[in-house]
Amino acid sequence: MSTSAALLDKPTREYKAYQHSALRRVLVTRESAIIGLLVLVLVVASIGVDNFASPLTLTFLIREIAPILFIALPMTLIIITEEIDLSVASTLGLASVITGLGVQAGWPLPVAALLAILVGTLAGAINGSLVTFVGLPSLAVTIGTLALFRGIAVGLLGTTAISTFPDFWTDLARANIPATPVPVIIIPFLVLLVVFATLLHFTPFGRSLYTIGLNKEVASFSGINVGMTKFWLFVMSGAVSGLAGVYFTLLYNNSRGDNAIGMELQIIAAVLLGGVSIFGGRGAMHGVIAGVLLIGSLSSALRLAGVTSDIINVIVGTVLILSVVSASFLAWLRTKRIAAVGKKKGQAGSSGDTA
Amino acid sequence: MTDTVSDPATPALELSRVVKSFGPVVALRSGSLTLQKGSIHALIGENGAGKSTLVKIVAGLYRRDAGDFRLEGDPVDFHSTAQSKAAGIAVIYQEPTLFPDLSVTENIFMGRQPTGRLGRIDRKAMRQEATEIFERLGVRIDPDRLTEGLSIADQQIIEIAKAISLDARVLIMDEPTAALSGVEVERLFAVARQLRDEGRALVFISHRFDEVFELCDTVTVMRDGSYIDTMPIAETSVDDLVRLMVGRDVTEMFPKLEAEIGDDVLVVEGLNQKGVFKNISFSVRSGEIVGLAGLVGAGRSEVVRAIFGVDPYESGTVKVNGKVLPKDNPRAAMAEGVALVPEDRRKQGQVLDQSVALNITMAIRNRLAKAGLIWSSIENEAAAIWASRLEVKTAALDAEGGTLSGGNQQKVVLAKWLASNPKVLIIDEPTRGIDVGTKAEVHRLISKLAQEGLAILMISSELPEVLGMADRVLVMRAGEITGEFDRSEATPEAVMFAATAEEDVA
Repeated sequence: MSTSAALLDKPTREYKAYQHSALRRVLVTRESAIIGLLVLVLVVASIGVDNFASPLTLTFLIREIAPILFIALPMTLIIITEEIDLSVASTLGLASVITGLGVQAGWPLPVAALLAILVGTLAGAINGSLVTFVGLPSLAVTIGTLALFRGIAVGLLGTTAISTFPDFWTDLARANIPATPVPVIIIPFLVLLVVFATLLHFTPFGRSLYTIGLNKEVASFSGINVGMTKFWLFVMSGAVSGLAGVYFTLLYNNSRGDNAIGMELQIIAAVLLGGVSIFGGRGAMHGVIAGVLLIGSLSSALRLAGVTSDIINVIVGTVLILSVVSASFLAWLRTKRIAAVGKKKGQAGSSGDTA
Repeated sequence: MTDTVSDPATPALELSRVVKSFGPVVALRSGSLTLQKGSIHALIGENGAGKSTLVKIVAGLYRRDAGDFRLEGDPVDFHSTAQSKAAGIAVIYQEPTLFPDLSVTENIFMGRQPTGRLGRIDRKAMRQEATEIFERLGVRIDPDRLTEGLSIADQQIIEIAKAISLDARVLIMDEPTAALSGVEVERLFAVARQLRDEGRALVFISHRFDEVFELCDTVTVMRDGSYIDTMPIAETSVDDLVRLMVGRDVTEMFPKLEAEIGDDVLVVEGLNQKGVFKNISFSVRSGEIVGLAGLVGAGRSEVVRAIFGVDPYESGTVKVNGKVLPKDNPRAAMAEGVALVPEDRRKQGQVLDQSVALNITMAIRNRLAKAGLIWSSIENEAAAIWASRLEVKTAALDAEGGTLSGGNQQKVVLAKWLASNPKVLIIDEPTRGIDVGTKAEVHRLISKLAQEGLAILMISSELPEVLGMADRVLVMRAGEITGEFDRSEATPEAVMFAATAEEDVA
């Protein structure tokens, strides 16, 4: 050992920032694998499936997956902290019903929409309170509110549907950006994407989500308020689900209590496919977006190819399981390699720790 | 091996010059122990002296690297705890590990239930034997009740009953009395004497000298992983044992730098948490290193965690530079310049799956952010400065914390907190499990920080570390401060005494 560690003097040692080249750090990731798979599906489908490469397919694809894209944003943050929100689709349904009831009561649509988003936010706050202040596991809480919010939605409107929305708004929900086949809904989505991606990847708050997901005790010992962080994530999730509910209602010109039933599973599947670990602490926004697009375009291509929906479900399910298994397999392989390296080091007598 | 008519003069167990190391860390340099039949043998030494390693080798948990191990005169070599058990060795730990949902009898015969016709478990025979053992031990525990809810003392008795039903010839009790009340200790001792009179060999590990003198026949002292001396208990005294346990010139090890001691920075007044700590009051001045000594389990870590805000306290106040810190709020404590380097660096200090850079900057992210945003080059820059100041050895800043050696992991945690520019630095066991070279580096660093005006509170279970580093030593025992010594008055004997002695006037 050297003599006195010159503590507060100038740096004496140079550190490499990264172990591997930039290319390897970008390419050898799960996110890149999913993006590669997405490109492959798009190319194969464009060549092999009639009409897949048409502008109309793109328009319908984006319209259809827009609610999933929206809700996947907060869901990514929640799963990274090792929590889950299963109530998002029910919140979407509730917001849809509120929008419908507001318009039926004669309110202007923006007012009804705002109320719907507020109700969604409140629903998220209920989830967050039960998780943070009561201390219940989010899996249990949101299974409960999944049923609760859906029940309220169906109870408010019964089996009827409201489809008397102003043409201006329903047209807008279906409109494309002029001279492109891309729906305008992509614009608010891109704004939110920038907000959530920045929040996750470029703020101290985002950094703390990974810390919480990997080790809550270290997070607490580092001054991170684990409870309040989770609370705000659930609030965000509720608000975005409310927004998605408004869009869903206008897109299909239809307010019903059972809108988007089961969508929570599609969303979670896409997030996991995009490389977010269900055990928390790992994942990135670009992977998630690729995950949603992958599931969306795969289903769309198969449908155009005339495959029935039950077979599509089987295929999408298989892809999801394979991706999760491959991730675990790769992680296992990596620990094996590290263990092997560690053993070698141990024999050379340069590492180790007492128990 | 269970032949009870073997020559009584042959030692029941004999270890000589046993060595065990983990990588570069030598846990046991030269451990020797000779157990006679029909005798209770005390094994004493400071934390880290190598007692537990020795016990784990006997129990078959670790394999020795070198040295002799004989049982009844025959050389043995255990690869598993099952082999050790089969050879007649039983180890009773401080916290027994029983199945709470099973009955007392079922726990005693776990895994080797007597069977009757058609291989069915013979519950009657099982119950009968359990009852007999308890009668022989003179204790009253209902063999049919569930283990759940039994006191630690009763659970230990069940472990002993298990050992007897296995006809263990050697029983090792690792700090069995730490969690027991006076009456329970008496009962345990009665049982131990009963076992001794049956001709079994017992090892009793304890930090309480009064118990050692009351119960044991022989005592072996260990220090720094080595055997020091063995003697009949009647021929020694508490003073002698303490001297043997500490036995080195502690001031030479750590060159403490002279620091100018200023005003009170951290002031703790009347801190209470029921059942954990009581009436804790002390202060730490700038430039001062206050050592917090005591045995493991004395409540020291709980006190500092309460000060930092990660553990609760019921009453009392914590002030930093005159400002009262709110309870349960580490963020507020950090804002006032308190930093806590926790006891368990792997579970509490850093995220092993995250990069060195992220770990070092974990406590200062908000400060590093520019207009609320942060990205990796900012973090790498800050991390490089602190890694360099502490001479952290890592392949790169994006290497995961878990890939570093123990000493370097500790440096990462230190870097994380020093980066936060603290006024009060609390360090819980700064050098536990790190190699000797890094240890000295950490000590120099702490000394240097004090010189720069930090108020430092250092918990350590290693007496030489406390005595070598601290300007003032506080000693805790059973949740209370039982001694305060200036550097000049802090002798190993005085600190050990305050840490172990039962209060005579209660």
